[in-house]
Amino acid sequence: MLQKQSVKLGKLIKKAMRLRGGGSALPGLVVEKLSPNFLAHALSDLPHGVVVVSGTNGKTTTTKIVVELLKTHGLRVFTNPSGSNFTRGVVASLLDHVDSAGKLDMDIAVLELDEAHAVHFASSVAPAYTLILNVFRDQLDRFGEIDHTAKLLARVVEKTTKGVVLNRDDELVRALAIDVKRDVALRYFGVGNSLLKLFPSDKDMRGAKKKSPEKDRRTPIQPDDVILSKLSGQKATFSFGEETKKSMTLKLAGIYNVQNAAAALALARTILGDDFKEKQSFTALETVRPAFGRGEAITIDGQPLEIVLVKNPSGFRLSLASYRKKPAETMIAINDLYADGRDMSWLWDVDFSDFSASGIPFVSGIRAYDMALRLQYDNVEVGQILPDTAAALQAFLASGNRPKRIFCTYTAMLSLRRELAKTHPLEAIE
Amino acid sequence: MTSQPITIVHLYPKEMNIYGDWGNVLTLKRRLEWHGFAPKIVEHHPGKPFPKEADIVIGGGGQDSGQTLIQNDLLEVGDALRRLADDGTPMLVICGLYQLFGRFFKTSNGETIPGIGLFKAETHGGPKRLIGNVIVESQKFGELIGYENHSGLTLLDNDQPALGRVTKGKGNNGEDTTEGAVYKNVYGSYLHGSLLPKNPALADELIREAATKRYGTFTPRDIDDTFAVYARETAKRRPR
Repeated sequence: MLQKQSVKLGKLIKKAMRLRGGGSALPGLVVEKLSPNFLAHALSDLPHGVVVVSGTNGKTTTTKIVVELLKTHGLRVFTNPSGSNFTRGVVASLLDHVDSAGKLDMDIAVLELDEAHAVHFASSVAPAYTLILNVFRDQLDRFGEIDHTAKLLARVVEKTTKGVVLNRDDELVRALAIDVKRDVALRYFGVGNSLLKLFPSDKDMRGAKKKSPEKDRRTPIQPDDVILSKLSGQKATFSFGEETKKSMTLKLAGIYNVQNAAAALALARTILGDDFKEKQSFTALETVRPAFGRGEAITIDGQPLEIVLVKNPSGFRLSLASYRKKPAETMIAINDLYADGRDMSWLWDVDFSDFSASGIPFVSGIRAYDMALRLQYDNVEVGQILPDTAAALQAFLASGNRPKRIFCTYTAMLSLRRELAKTHPLEAIE
Repeated sequence: MTSQPITIVHLYPKEMNIYGDWGNVLTLKRRLEWHGFAPKIVEHHPGKPFPKEADIVIGGGGQDSGQTLIQNDLLEVGDALRRLADDGTPMLVICGLYQLFGRFFKTSNGETIPGIGLFKAETHGGPKRLIGNVIVESQKFGELIGYENHSGLTLLDNDQPALGRVTKGKGNNGEDTTEGAVYKNVYGSYLHGSLLPKNPALADELIREAATKRYGTFTPRDIDDTFAVYARETAKRRPR
């Protein structure tokens, strides 16, 4: 079918779906089927090309920061809505922004894509820039083995035409350097040696034992690299190469979110080159808020409620570690839909024994009993088990006037957000 | 009275630890405690001598790279494992180690990784991964509930008993409905999940065999398995 007609049809379907209420993958699906070149066509003439952000954890937050950094330099930026990191979601949101000829009138597109969809995407549109954050075990039911995941990312890296930014501290990501084509800029982001122990690699996953992180095999820090050299609470110090640039207090919480800021800075420097403006970038960085479900707190009846997305063992462990010092009433909601991953094995790679004194008052989600079972084996007392997330949320909110926190998988987060939106305007608190 | 010790030997915790197989070790540890024993976990790493004391041996699945790292050591300690197995020591091996407890694993590249041949079985690399929820009907344990994720296809000899038959999922090879293998008190299976927490009957059988062998008797205590019962019910209703 002609590009114009499928664009028109896709836009129509989107409009109809919106009237009916709620989004869907359908418009993207229809356009992908009718017009397989839609993506390549829409994105091919962008002045700064397409940027792909991939890896296991931190894509949404990093993409959000990169977009802010580029916008502050005056660029018009297209991005896919947070968390919808499948190509179909990109197509669906592009439909709102392309002209009737199917062209996107923007300066640059920044897309977060999961590993498999990044490969799928890169085979039709070569990214100008690629940022790879980390490789952890995640949804192995979809990707098979973690070594396989790394191979997928290698194929994205080798398609990239202008610049690749890699995590200097992640062995599997660092190894992708050999896949970077000649004449393509290779840059790194990383953390200072004193912070390394806070970032266990996938190999350090099992049990509580942490071997000391290897330092020797990393490439020497270059002036173009961005390093998170110090972090105390939300006060972060960034260095460009060996040169300390700026200490600032961020709105982003959690060590991994701040590491994402270093990644975003490195990527923005790579894209903008000599046009990169330090002062404006740091100002923009200071004001970036975490994305929904990535450490954002909302106020419910005068108390903060934090919704924390957990998708895989490393992310769950890092989240538990970074919230350890800020106790709150806790609920855990675990679903097993396709976007969450069907396999529950991952819960056994997370250590919940920190909760053995306090217990977990509410457990929810389709796999609530899997979660309760997991907690039982860490000798953690479980309060109520309510698989229905809406019912669990109401009971949780009514359970007492204290700060609250919900750890939840992706689709559980979406239904919690829907439920919350019915009764509370979702405004962020400072 | 001090609790009686039981030693769990955990094979290759660093190399063979994918898909939450640590959950099996943790389940044995806790249930041993709840049954009144004093469990001790001893790790066996490649290149190290095999632990002198072993009441239960347990090992998980790994990536291809993990299997490469342990294959030589497994052959080194193969005699020790065979002696223990013949002596009635209970063992549970999942996925990658299950494959290498058979005669060999021939990868899709044509490379043959020799196993220790406790099970009369051979494994061949398959064209695609078999992934999803599994229900197994086992004569000894009733329904076993788990999750499989493997590309190797395991064929049992005619006289090699299976752990059970799949009523949902693919099992050993997706063809003959067999899942896993049993030799004396050694159980091999493709099921992650983790397997033991959702299948307390199997966990308690390993404990019973270990306790009876070492102390002559085993008096189980009451453990509240309500969560396991409901988690099993949920898992059975979920799509593949």
